[in-house]
Amino acid sequence: MELKIIYKSWWKILATVLILYTLIAGFLLPVPRLAILHETIRNLYFHVPMWFGMLTVLVISVFFSILFLRTGKEEYDLASVECVNTGLIFYAMGLVTGMVWARFTWGQFWSGDPKQNSAAIAFLLYCAYLVLRNSIDEEQKRAKISAIYNIFAFPIMVVLLFVLPRMTDSLHPGNGGNPAFGRYDLDNNMRMVFYPAMAGWSIFAVWIATVRYRIRLIEHKRNNIDL
Amino acid sequence: MKKLLMLLCFTLSGFAVLAQNSGTTEMADDMRKSGMIYVVIATISIIFIGLAIYLFAMDRRLKKIEKEK
Repeated sequence: MELKIIYKSWWKILATVLILYTLIAGFLLPVPRLAILHETIRNLYFHVPMWFGMLTVLVISVFFSILFLRTGKEEYDLASVECVNTGLIFYAMGLVTGMVWARFTWGQFWSGDPKQNSAAIAFLLYCAYLVLRNSIDEEQKRAKISAIYNIFAFPIMVVLLFVLPRMTDSLHPGNGGNPAFGRYDLDNNMRMVFYPAMAGWSIFAVWIATVRYRIRLIEHKRNNIDL
Repeated sequence: MKKLLMLLCFTLSGFAVLAQNSGTTEMADDMRKSGMIYVVIATISIIFIGLAIYLFAMDRRLKKIEKEK
């Protein structure tokens, strides 16, 4: 499978334009007037897309892990790793922006909310992935074990982040009878910014992952020549 | 009947709270009116454009290296 599209520019320009639009429209378009939230509701345009960007690259990572197990091609393993690396950057961004937002709406940076705790656990789950990788010297073995770990880590992360917090009481919207940004909070004006932000940041995350992958590929080839 | 009355009371008080919110919730109206929000938008736009150009430049440099191989 040749991935020529990662060398094309049009989708990178698209992502840049989408995000730039949300940076401008996100501050200018009207938002619902809600108590407690006030103007911080605009964080929705920036905090949530971080998680969506993370989810996008982690899905791609699982896809490449499966491809690696089927074909045994080392490039797929490298693509999978770099997707996880990029996903973790967005993960950290989502976690930190969420903490700042929580400080001013929930009262504390970290209040031990189920959503926050789950997010921390899932973060460690992916950190363990990187540690596991670096602890194995033999290349084929490392690629195979980390691919299998990655395929199992992904559904656990999804359950931790998006299923378990919803089954208990949580301060985070969308959990325990606390409506998500849906019918009540997300009006049509917000949708006009929110959806482009989700798309823009997701594509941006993929872009960063492809750049990392291409660097990794060159490093990989150089190492093989040296041997 | 008493329960129903209570329910009605609470529902109505809920509406009252909602109505109050829409009038008094503080938003950055003055900031937007005075036009100063544009300064913030300009700043973050410049930062993002800068970072995007930077990423494009790295992409181009990488393409050059890939062609040399």
